[in-house]
Amino acid sequence: MPVPRRLTVLLAAVLLLGGLSVWAVVHAAARAESRSLPRAGEPAAGPGAVTLAAGHERRMLFRTMAWGPHRDEVVSVPADDPGAPRVSAGVRCLRFHASSGTGACLQAVHGSLGDTYRAVVLDARLRERRAFPLAGIPTRTRVSPSGRMAAWTVFVSGDSYAGTNFSTRTSILDTRTWSLQDNLETYRVVKDGRPYHAADVNLWGVTFADDGHFWVTLATGGRTWLARGDVAARTLTTVRRNVECPSLSPDGTRVAFKKRVPGLPEDAPWRLYVLDLRTMRETPVAERRSVDDQAVWLDARTLGYALPGDFGADVWTAPADGSGAPRRLLTAALAPVVVE
Amino acid sequence: MYLADSRGAPAAVEHRGRRWAAVPGTVLALGAVSLITDVSAEMVTAVLPLYLVSGLGLSPLGFGVLDGVYNGVGALVRLAGGHLADGGGGRHKAVAVAGYGLSALCKPLLLVAHTLPVIGAVLALDRTGKGLRTAPRDALISLATPPERRGRAFGVHRAMDTTGALCGPVLAFLVLGVAAEGYDAVFTVSSCVAALGVVVLVLFVPGRPARADANVSAAADVNANINAAGTAVHTTAHTAARADANVSAGAGIDADVNANINAAGTADARGSAASSTPLRVTALLRMPGVRRLAACAVLLGLTTVSDSFVYLLLQRRFEVPAQWFPLLPLGTAAAFLLLAVPAGVVADRIGRRRLFLLGHLALLGAYGLVLAAPGGPLPAVVAVLVLHGAFYAATDGVLAAAVTGLVPEAMRARGLALVGTGQALARFACSIAFGAAWTAWGDGPALAVAAAGLAISTPAAIAALRPSAGPSGDPSAGSSASPSRQRAT
Repeated sequence: MPVPRRLTVLLAAVLLLGGLSVWAVVHAAARAESRSLPRAGEPAAGPGAVTLAAGHERRMLFRTMAWGPHRDEVVSVPADDPGAPRVSAGVRCLRFHASSGTGACLQAVHGSLGDTYRAVVLDARLRERRAFPLAGIPTRTRVSPSGRMAAWTVFVSGDSYAGTNFSTRTSILDTRTWSLQDNLETYRVVKDGRPYHAADVNLWGVTFADDGHFWVTLATGGRTWLARGDVAARTLTTVRRNVECPSLSPDGTRVAFKKRVPGLPEDAPWRLYVLDLRTMRETPVAERRSVDDQAVWLDARTLGYALPGDFGADVWTAPADGSGAPRRLLTAALAPVVVE
Repeated sequence: MYLADSRGAPAAVEHRGRRWAAVPGTVLALGAVSLITDVSAEMVTAVLPLYLVSGLGLSPLGFGVLDGVYNGVGALVRLAGGHLADGGGGRHKAVAVAGYGLSALCKPLLLVAHTLPVIGAVLALDRTGKGLRTAPRDALISLATPPERRGRAFGVHRAMDTTGALCGPVLAFLVLGVAAEGYDAVFTVSSCVAALGVVVLVLFVPGRPARADANVSAAADVNANINAAGTAVHTTAHTAARADANVSAGAGIDADVNANINAAGTADARGSAASSTPLRVTALLRMPGVRRLAACAVLLGLTTVSDSFVYLLLQRRFEVPAQWFPLLPLGTAAAFLLLAVPAGVVADRIGRRRLFLLGHLALLGAYGLVLAAPGGPLPAVVAVLVLHGAFYAATDGVLAAAVTGLVPEAMRARGLALVGTGQALARFACSIAFGAAWTAWGDGPALAVAAAGLAISTPAAIAALRPSAGPSGDPSAGSSASPSRQRAT
């Protein structure tokens, strides 16, 4: 093919492919724009005061995912009327948890060269006390029952071609001394009674027992364990296989977790279970769908967890003892927590 | 008189004073294809974790489990790519188009893949395309470039490739900046960019660059030189070069290649017509130069700790602030990008295999720094990344250039695939062993063992690759000697 002809073909290809690209971006931008407008039939939200302080009515805080100006903000509804209009203090969080007047909010900071992420410790009025940069995409966060300790997990991805190496990084923060244990992988690991170290150890999903002790998922060699962590001794001790995203009950006797059940499809491999820590007996929760979330205890008997929904995610609830049936609690919502 | 320069167009252009023009158009075209393709690929890589976690609400943990399987398949596909490309008298371009095309087709598939297993399958297919195209592409680069300039040509190609890899994420996040959560837009743009790469490949990379390209442009340069210098001497030189290229089918350019062909059996090595038997691998390995270089690449590959381990070690042993962690691979890439062309030029001067070994000394230096300065200051981290990037600059394209100096044209892609696959499998074995060593002894001792292995392997490789080491002499010394010889004339 002569050179002018080749250049003509190239120009045509550039125009065609460029046009298609621009169309795709413009289309997506318009869609993003439309999402900032509220829509009829969706949970309504408006600005207002949100507090984590005690002495108010029992309420539920969560990240609302309904389209509109308050999308992705932490909102509050009365716990006994979850369908009520959502009240937002204007704090955006990808993941959120709170306890005893302390909030942990993992948020995105939009930059010109991509998003960066930070963990923000919030006071009872959701004002920023201190922020910490994060190494990757937020996935889990928890505050200890006393409100003193906070923990979070982010995904860190490799950079290889078509990189498929994902790892996690879990940190624990003491909000009294502001000392940050940046990477829990530096803890000494005792697996099956013996000291253990491996490059592929990953930790995620801390749930606090008290300010010095917690439970967490430990993964290595393609398997997962429930591990008990000691903040002062900096140790992790595995106690049981095939446990992910533990969530300790308010009385500290049971752990709700997601379990990889054999025979389920590879893209939906988990079921929600509750482990009794005294008898080490597992009870399946009535939810029959695959749950990929760290459940929360809405009270001593009830679990809340997110499932994919029309707006990204909905929050569902089911009894922790395996009885009853799952029920949708919140539409267009993620990361719920009950504050009293 | 510039005898070496007279061999082909590119060199002839250079002595008109334009250094960049010393790289043949075909190489620049292939570099552009790689740049464009890497923009496309890295757009996807950059947003994939975000897409999985935020867009699809999935936990990507355990996603990397099949990585090893993909690597093994990728290595075998590369061998197949080399084999197919050399068959039937040279189908390099066709196989490269198939490889780039396959990867390009995978990008729109991401628009409809919504579960981890399906996305994993699409990425595996993408990787198959990459495995398929690597050897024919490097063969095309070598076939378009006179031997004494191949280090530079591969350096330019790798620099363009890395530029694309660095630009991809920027473009992806620009799209996401304009269209929040517009992952479909990112994948669409990535598809279009990948398609453009294939278009450039089809349009601007000649199917048979070795002779056709050289002849056409050499002829053009003859005219240019006549106009410029007005001497009959140049004309003669170029005409002679053309004749030489036509007659010798490229093999005669490098004396050492002849030696290798003789060692391997003339008919065997030259049999470009009936060249589709697996026995070619044995034929390749019967060439002492190829065998030694492949053995050294494997030996050194066995002590090359994979990138993800290097970053993991940096993270654990140095006080790298959390938000810096995603920048570590960029540090390596930036150093690679900046050093690739200079390293290629140096390789052409001092010998590719010498630089290949020096590159491993840089890697040894990086290991040493990580071992010696745990919790060290940030400049130490930067130094490790620069050494790591220098290692890639001095080894990646340089090894390919060294291979092409040893393997006759008819088996070029196979030779590249063989050495590349050997190196990749060795590195994969090292990853497994390193992971096991880490589990058994901890990260520091594991790295110390790898460093010790590298410290032993490098002198062994130096001994094996010494110019006097074999009957066939040292090809890279040969090719490096020629330019200086000509400069002296």
